[in-house]
Amino acid sequence: MQRIRLRYTKRGRLRFTSHRDFQRAFERALRRAEVPMAYSAGFTPHPKVSYANAAPTGTGSEAEYLEIQLAAHRDPETLRTLLDASLPDGLDVTDAVEARTSGLADRLQASVWEIRLDGVAPEEAGRAVEAFLAAEEVLVERRTKNGMRSFDARGAVAQLEATSIHSDRPDGNACAILRLVVRHLTPAVRPDDVLSGLRVTADLAPPVPAAVTRLAQGLLDEETGTVTDPLAPDRDAATAAPSTADGLSTATVQGGASPATSGDGTA
Amino acid sequence: MSESVFPQLEALLPHVQKPIQYVGGELNSTVKPWEACDVRWALMYPDAYEVGLPNQGVMILYEVLNEQEGVLAERTYSVWPDLEALMREHEVPQFTVDSHRPVGDFDVFGLSFSTELGYTNMLTALDLAGIPLEAKDRTEDHPLVLAGGHAAFNPEPIADFLDCAVIGDGEQAVLDITRIVREWKAEGRPGGREEVLFRLSRTGNVYVPKFYDVEYLADGRIARVVPNRSGVPWRVSKHTVMDLDEWPYPKQPLVPLAETVHERMSVEIFRGCTRGCRFCQAGMITRPVRERSITGIGEMVEKGLKATGFEEVGLLSLSSADHTEIGEVAKGLADRYEEDKIGLSLPSTRVDAFNIDLANELTRNGRRSGLTFAPEGGSERIRKVINKMVSEEDLIRTVATAYGNGWRQVKLYFMCGLPTETDDDVLQIADMAINVIAKGREVAKSNDIRCTVSIGGFVPKPHTPFQWAPQLSAEETDARLAKLRDKIRGDKKYGRSIGFRYHDGKPGIVEGLLSRGDRRIGAVIRAVYEDGGRFDGWREHFSYDRWMACAEKTLPDFGVDVAWYTTRERGYEEVLPWDHLDSGLDKDWLWEDWQDALDETEVEDCRWTPCFDCGVCPQMGTEIQIGPTGKKLLPLTVVK
Repeated sequence: MQRIRLRYTKRGRLRFTSHRDFQRAFERALRRAEVPMAYSAGFTPHPKVSYANAAPTGTGSEAEYLEIQLAAHRDPETLRTLLDASLPDGLDVTDAVEARTSGLADRLQASVWEIRLDGVAPEEAGRAVEAFLAAEEVLVERRTKNGMRSFDARGAVAQLEATSIHSDRPDGNACAILRLVVRHLTPAVRPDDVLSGLRVTADLAPPVPAAVTRLAQGLLDEETGTVTDPLAPDRDAATAAPSTADGLSTATVQGGASPATSGDGTA
Repeated sequence: MSESVFPQLEALLPHVQKPIQYVGGELNSTVKPWEACDVRWALMYPDAYEVGLPNQGVMILYEVLNEQEGVLAERTYSVWPDLEALMREHEVPQFTVDSHRPVGDFDVFGLSFSTELGYTNMLTALDLAGIPLEAKDRTEDHPLVLAGGHAAFNPEPIADFLDCAVIGDGEQAVLDITRIVREWKAEGRPGGREEVLFRLSRTGNVYVPKFYDVEYLADGRIARVVPNRSGVPWRVSKHTVMDLDEWPYPKQPLVPLAETVHERMSVEIFRGCTRGCRFCQAGMITRPVRERSITGIGEMVEKGLKATGFEEVGLLSLSSADHTEIGEVAKGLADRYEEDKIGLSLPSTRVDAFNIDLANELTRNGRRSGLTFAPEGGSERIRKVINKMVSEEDLIRTVATAYGNGWRQVKLYFMCGLPTETDDDVLQIADMAINVIAKGREVAKSNDIRCTVSIGGFVPKPHTPFQWAPQLSAEETDARLAKLRDKIRGDKKYGRSIGFRYHDGKPGIVEGLLSRGDRRIGAVIRAVYEDGGRFDGWREHFSYDRWMACAEKTLPDFGVDVAWYTTRERGYEEVLPWDHLDSGLDKDWLWEDWQDALDETEVEDCRWTPCFDCGVCPQMGTEIQIGPTGKKLLPLTVVK
């Protein structure tokens, strides 16, 4: 059985799509695109889709990942084009590779986020970032299903820097941009938590909600703070051993648990 | 000029529940260039997005209008109180979800009312849109506020808030209105708002409340309703679309990103119903029966599934098993989509039209969870009163077959408070459920079967034989339901296999007030809205006490009260608030049918027996359109 790994986006107004919403939309797109899906066994068969580490509702993303299992062989790029056309604009499928390695979820070690703070002067953002980075621990609170919960937002942050946007904006308002690299730990630290942390350490209170976008996910180079393409190993394996026929390729990557976590509960 | 308010809205969305419902961008939605269109419609289903989006009426009109050159239609839904508060704080107007334009910028603001419980939501939307609540305060700069849908067959309670109303099928009606508005605009809007409304009213198909005066008698009843300017017709007729195959809408059903109440490819397999159930307003006002052909259904399903990717097909109508070729339709579709795991559903199945072959076809590609039937009345006698000609033997035979074929759960729907009903009629529901379980255990050879009794209060509706009937008070409804519950729970042998679900009598009284109300009810609706009333169809938002308090404040000025509108029986000679709206039904025939009900005399279905002169076909120039066509649905060649 062929497995295909896809990278997709949540852009513009469709960033308000929740993960559950996306799952329904994606499964309908699979039907419209007539993708020959493999189905789970059981009384109500479901198409086999593994979602990994979905971005929170309301944040944009350029780098979401999932994996599908097919019942018949398909060319990844053709499939990508079809699926992209079947999804609404904003939910765009931007990359597709045949899975030839295990552990996509394991490779999603860290995320790069861009946080746009309209109405915040870059200098002010810079000072807040310094204060945050200088702290050993920054306790923040978040509401969870079990009530308010307190945890450290500093430890997971691999990198945080403030840059300014070019000052040729028509309205002349200040706008700071933060670039955040955060490790995927438990409990997960989200951009919102880092913003809470900036408020706690430096009283940074943006006048309007921040516009948050995930730019990348993948393996983290701790030294440079760069995050590398998690689909690269599959692409490299493809160059080394081009696919011959349906089923052959997957035979080499057996062994191990499901390559990506189940969609439930990751949002 | 009109501009999108999305930038302002976007800043509010992170603070509200389920923001996705406000952003639009659904698959198959349409955004046309504003400047290139000269007639622009904002269409609203006045409830939350999750209920409003799947509404077939709005979806059909949206597509019909957007197919027209130079015409655009966008959708708007009720916003939840969390967003409403933020919109008021930040001065963001009621917007369409398609291109987020202010509703006040459109030419026509059309609202579809399936239920009267959307009236307060209409006022919220008008106010958020910056449109004066009352039609008399509007100027040329405001849209024409137009109501449609089943509740519009008595638009009098909201007459003050409406510029106009249309009753009946909307597909052709919206095109006629578009033409008149377009011509008036092209001529430079001669005569202003008054003139365009006059032109609409002169068609005889658009009701403009302000052109009619209501005169009252000293005892509070209506003396007469008269046109107040010449050229306005005395009565306004409903629209009827003939030949459903000519109107295969929706062709491109909307597929939402947000979760909604129905997520399926719905095809209306016929419109109208002449079974003649006397409580059923839908059956009375949508006559005659017009079937979509088996091939027409097949094409709509095929195109619709391709366009949406839905995994379920709903074959909709008021009584779907009555389609002359339903067996062939179900078998044909089940064959065609067996590979694709597409489920079929058939809401509204009558006990006497059910057969096990059909049920087997429907569940071939999907689950065999439960069957639902609506005997509506517990005793043979009351079923004669309401003309629901289903015998207990029919029902027992049907459910026995179902339990014998592997179904484990049967749901039965009833009403409480039907005309002439006594405690005994309702208590017989328990006997029926007990007989169902006893037979079921015998046939299924298992005790693991269930029957759920679901019951709510009956609300008399306009344009039905029960329009004269007294509604049962909330207290009496609740007392009767409590007796039924005790009888079911008290049965040692079968009680635990019978589920009991009921709706208390209070919401029904408010629905009754709004259903059979007249123009004086407008003051109550406005007072409730101003007191914070919203989303009256939602248990967690509905407040009976608020409605009663507002009615007590406003109605005494007119010498009437809630009981006068609800539990009072009307006489033959009384002018009813909706008499000037012509559903085609002959009022004398309705009265005879009401007398037949009291005599427990039944009426047949005119599809299979001679015409019984309800009046609709000759009055409206329509005819029954049914099969069989004798055609078959062939499986499509699967190209994979």
